Amino acid sequence: MFKVKVYVTLKESVLDPQGVAVKNSLHSMSYKDVTDVRIGKYLELTLDQNTADVEKTVKEMCDRLLSNPVIEDYRYEIEEVVSQ
Amino acid sequence: MRFAVIVFPGSNCDIDMYHAIKDELGEEVEYVWHTETDLSKFDAVLLPGGFSYGDYLRCGAIARFSNIMEAVSKAAEEGKPVLGVCNGFQVLLESGLLPGAMKRNNNLKFMCRPVELEVVNNNTMFTTGYEKSEIVTIPIAHGEGNYECDDATLKELEENNRIVFRYHGTNPNGSKANIAGIINEKGNVLGMMPHPERAVDELLGSADGLKLFQSILRNWREAHVVTS
Repeated sequence: MFKVKVYVTLKESVLDPQGVAVKNSLHSMSYKDVTDVRIGKYLELTLDQNTADVEKTVKEMCDRLLSNPVIEDYRYEIEEVVSQ
Repeated sequence: MRFAVIVFPGSNCDIDMYHAIKDELGEEVEYVWHTETDLSKFDAVLLPGGFSYGDYLRCGAIARFSNIMEAVSKAAEEGKPVLGVCNGFQVLLESGLLPGAMKRNNNLKFMCRPVELEVVNNNTMFTTGYEKSEIVTIPIAHGEGNYECDDATLKELEENNRIVFRYHGTNPNGSKANIAGIINEKGNVLGMMPHPERAVDELLGSADGLKLFQSILRNWREAHVVTS
């Protein structure tokens, strides 16, 4: 089977209101060195061993559902896991 | 005129929408469950507010792949009025029937209160009952109404008069260019965060939303009843 890790983040050009709030909170805790915080999503998918063209399938799922291309970017890592 | 109110798991303004059409506007209305595939018998489609699929992943992202959405797209192509309010607007954005996307409100709070809106474009099938630049009071109730689009899209919206409502006075959520509601190029798909169905009677604090439904009805009658 395949283990797929998908990271979805807001595009660089898009202001992240949650990230700003967390940064401000860190500043108030005296972590003054933090200059930026961006919050994203992490998804783990497990795909069947027989999946045809895993990369193409993952990319398609990211484009269609897992991310919103208007405001988000994504990247993924695919790992083949061989069962014992 | 026959209206459809689409119901997704987690919709919670469907009953308000139904009430607005049946009791305030006095027209025919039916609930349509998201598994249905046909809207051909309806003259207008209403996507209500709420939290379809618990807002999982992104607001509207999962509802957008419901069976009924193909029929909604078809109704939109046919030129029927399609109105998405709040979560319904988010579903329209996710489905690509309208451009842009929603982010969390700037202040990260769920905002639930009446707001003032400017009717920017009163020359749509949804807004002819308003005066141009009229200020109306309609409630909002959302945590993710912070409208975002790229500069090219904003320019396109502005140049073609596709921004129908803007927040007047304070912007409650940080939306780009104070956008509260936009329409598609053809002029028959309107998405808006404020809830006109919650402002259909003075008892509710405002009846300003009723004019939107009356506009839909009047324009539909002019196009269909008078000529047939």
